[in-house]
Amino acid sequence: MSGETAPMAAARGGARRSAMRRALSHPSTMIGGTLVLFFVLVAVFAPFIAPFDPNASDWLAVRQAPSALHWFGTDDLGRDVLSRVIFGSRASLAAGVIAVAIAISIGVPLGLVAGYFGGIVDAIIARFTDALLAVPFLVLAIALAAFLGPSLQNAMIAIGVSAMPVFVRLTRGQVLSIKNEDYITAVRALGVRDRNIILAHVLPNVMAPIVVQVTITMAVAVLAEASLAFLGLGQRPPAPSWGSMLDIARQFLTEAPWMAVWPGLAIIAIVLGFNLLGDGLNDTLTPQSEDS
Amino acid sequence: MLNFILRRILISIPTLLLVSVLVFGLLKLLPGDPALALAGQEPDPAVIEFLRTKYGLDQPLPVQYFKWLGSILQGDFGLSIRTRLPIGEMIVQKLPVTLQLSLQAMLIALLIGIPAGVFAAIRRGTPVDYIVSLIGLGGLSIPSFWLGIMLILLFAVSLGWLPSGGYVGFFESPLDNLRYTLLPSIVLGTAAAAIVMRHTRSSMIAVLKQDYVRTARAKGLRERIVVTRHALRNGLIPVVTTSTLHLGELLSGAVLSEQVFGIPGFGKMIVDGVFSRDYAVVQAVVMCSAVIFLLLSLIADLAYVVLSPRLRS
Repeated sequence: MSGETAPMAAARGGARRSAMRRALSHPSTMIGGTLVLFFVLVAVFAPFIAPFDPNASDWLAVRQAPSALHWFGTDDLGRDVLSRVIFGSRASLAAGVIAVAIAISIGVPLGLVAGYFGGIVDAIIARFTDALLAVPFLVLAIALAAFLGPSLQNAMIAIGVSAMPVFVRLTRGQVLSIKNEDYITAVRALGVRDRNIILAHVLPNVMAPIVVQVTITMAVAVLAEASLAFLGLGQRPPAPSWGSMLDIARQFLTEAPWMAVWPGLAIIAIVLGFNLLGDGLNDTLTPQSEDS
Repeated sequence: MLNFILRRILISIPTLLLVSVLVFGLLKLLPGDPALALAGQEPDPAVIEFLRTKYGLDQPLPVQYFKWLGSILQGDFGLSIRTRLPIGEMIVQKLPVTLQLSLQAMLIALLIGIPAGVFAAIRRGTPVDYIVSLIGLGGLSIPSFWLGIMLILLFAVSLGWLPSGGYVGFFESPLDNLRYTLLPSIVLGTAAAAIVMRHTRSSMIAVLKQDYVRTARAKGLRERIVVTRHALRNGLIPVVTTSTLHLGELLSGAVLSEQVFGIPGFGKMIVDGVFSRDYAVVQAVVMCSAVIFLLLSLIADLAYVVLSPRLRS
């Protein structure tokens, strides 16, 4: 029993559709969404777009400047930089998606439970969240990645766990702000089970800020993956990752500066895409931000 | 006020204890025998045995934890496997380097972020606002290590104006110290400037709508006076508190900035610790970062109370 009538559901669906339309027509959402979509397509169709095998060395074409054959030049092993940037989008996006999936699948339920039930459960979850938030994000991610061992998979876990407390705190705050609203009290009075109230009534009403946070966290996670890879704690060579490409490029700054330029621009473009998307959604989906 | 400070410190204690449990737990994430991992890359059986006894790894977990907690409470983080120095001593040596970088970065961030934020807020909704906001978002999207590489390419490799890396202590040569820390501070300050700008902008937009600002305008005061004397004074309160808190997050940025420029600070300490499998160093850095963050959040709260006239009484 969900305690919801058909007209209520229809009205809510309509309101959500119009909010979605408003969000999609916001310039930030449009530009950010296009950038993100571009990189998603690049990642999916990488084998068809990339002109060369990203891992194929060519000892006769080591550190060649950009040319008609190699648009972005070649690296220290003669590999095509453009092809590596194209394939590198896979590590970045995968890290973003999986890290955020880990963060929300742990953070949101914990926040819902803490906010809805309160009491000792809330106190324990809140203290743990405070403890995790007390360690700077990247320091925590580095420490976790270091102890888990360097690999893309462990970097994703480390970033996901480090990003999780933000979702706990956000969800908990949102739940606290609505849990005494009349419609929640009403369904509770009807005898609806707590689990159903949380899933059918609380969660949908706290979704908007979570969606915004997901987008912003994607930006943070992509940057964090690049940072960990740059430090040698992410994707292992020879598989391409923008962060590790920059780490190698640093050693050849005078001889081959192009090696450092393109992976960096790719990171900026995708992170800017997610940040623009987050800003646009924040402006249109969360009521308190309409003033800013 | 003293009561407030004491209460805030008391609240921080359980958080710190939990951080210590988590930091201690990190060691348990290591696959296999922690003593083997702690012994470094070429472990000597005698060293492994020594570490096992030293850390009491044969004892139950709670006993191990409380022993470890007891020693870190006395400032004893153990010895670094790589440098053979007491870790506490290393922290005391390296923390001021990072602190200097962070303060310089925050200064740059405030000098750029506040005027840009005020400017965007006054011109809200105009192309100027959009451009400043977009630049701010760009500042948040640039990977700091890439910015560092680009600045080295421009100012060190191409122009030869500044060194590409390294460090000279402030007391050895203040001028050289500035030359070596300028680029790293800019790298560290860029994202902070963007954050300060965004906070200033939204805070000023809210303040500029307040009744007292309208009154000031109605009195016929010039817009510049209204903004600087009346609005800015209140608009900057949340900026001060968030900037103080952000100083803690600069520790994250310092890891990358110090790595790119080869600066022997607190941030580089964790990276060196990771690669020499010096896990006690990693644990110590995480623990100290949490202490610093909690101290900064106490200072931020105090700043808020001191600056906000309503709370002062």
